[in-house]
Amino acid sequence: MDIRAYIGLAIMLFSIGIIGVLIRRNAIILFMCIELMLNSVNLLLVAFSKMHANGVAHANPSLASDAQVFVFFIMVVAAAEVSVGLAIIVMMYRNIHSVDINFLNRLKN
Amino acid sequence: MGITTIVFFILSAIAVMSAIMMVVSKSPVHSVLWLIAVFFTISGHYILMNAQFLAIVNIIVYAGAIMVLFLFVVMLMNLNVESEPMKNYRIQLAGVVAGGSLMLVLLSALMKTDKLMVQLKDGDVGLIRQLGRVLFNDYLIPFELSSVLFLSAMIGAVVISKRDK
Repeated sequence: MDIRAYIGLAIMLFSIGIIGVLIRRNAIILFMCIELMLNSVNLLLVAFSKMHANGVAHANPSLASDAQVFVFFIMVVAAAEVSVGLAIIVMMYRNIHSVDINFLNRLKN
Repeated sequence: MGITTIVFFILSAIAVMSAIMMVVSKSPVHSVLWLIAVFFTISGHYILMNAQFLAIVNIIVYAGAIMVLFLFVVMLMNLNVESEPMKNYRIQLAGVVAGGSLMLVLLSALMKTDKLMVQLKDGDVGLIRQLGRVLFNDYLIPFELSSVLFLSAMIGAVVISKRDK
């Protein structure tokens, strides 16, 4: 499989995530769109790792494994980020009884 | 056209369609379920590239833990179609145009790249044996630091969601 097919798929998923962040107002949906963008980048990292496994890293396969370890760490950070972010959203819902991000502009004053 | 090509395009079509449905569906519960579908197709891609460890971890961590947390919060807040805040039509159109033009720019930049092949179905790069060796030899200190990160995230979530006196 051509690497460009994987890059194209990752670009599409990433752009859909960006469009979701731009057009939705629900804070939870925005958060989910960010997760979608993280996952498209993960997919791209794994595809590049397998591309290297096909090419330069025949002699030393641990060169190609680095990208997959990176994906593992991205998943770790995403899990920690989701736990804190959802706690913030729940606290915001308890205070203003809404998840609409337009009500958060009171942070300005 | 081999079987792997067909599987790749089927998985990609399902992933993109589910992602679009996640963005456009009004009900937050439906959005969460569509995002779980996207994660399963991405796990399918990992299996296709023989990255077995990441496929399993993706299902366990993303589809299993993170999305259940999202679903729990959505149902806890009792969000549904009536309470869903929507932007007006003009801002939505501007967002779609902005994101679509970003996609066009990136895809047109992609057209000029070289053709390099991705290894599918075989190779031991993504096996647990290989990844564990790399993780505990070269990345031991980041691995230990991530446990500190988890501890701080745990304490942070408890402190944030505690009702202040």
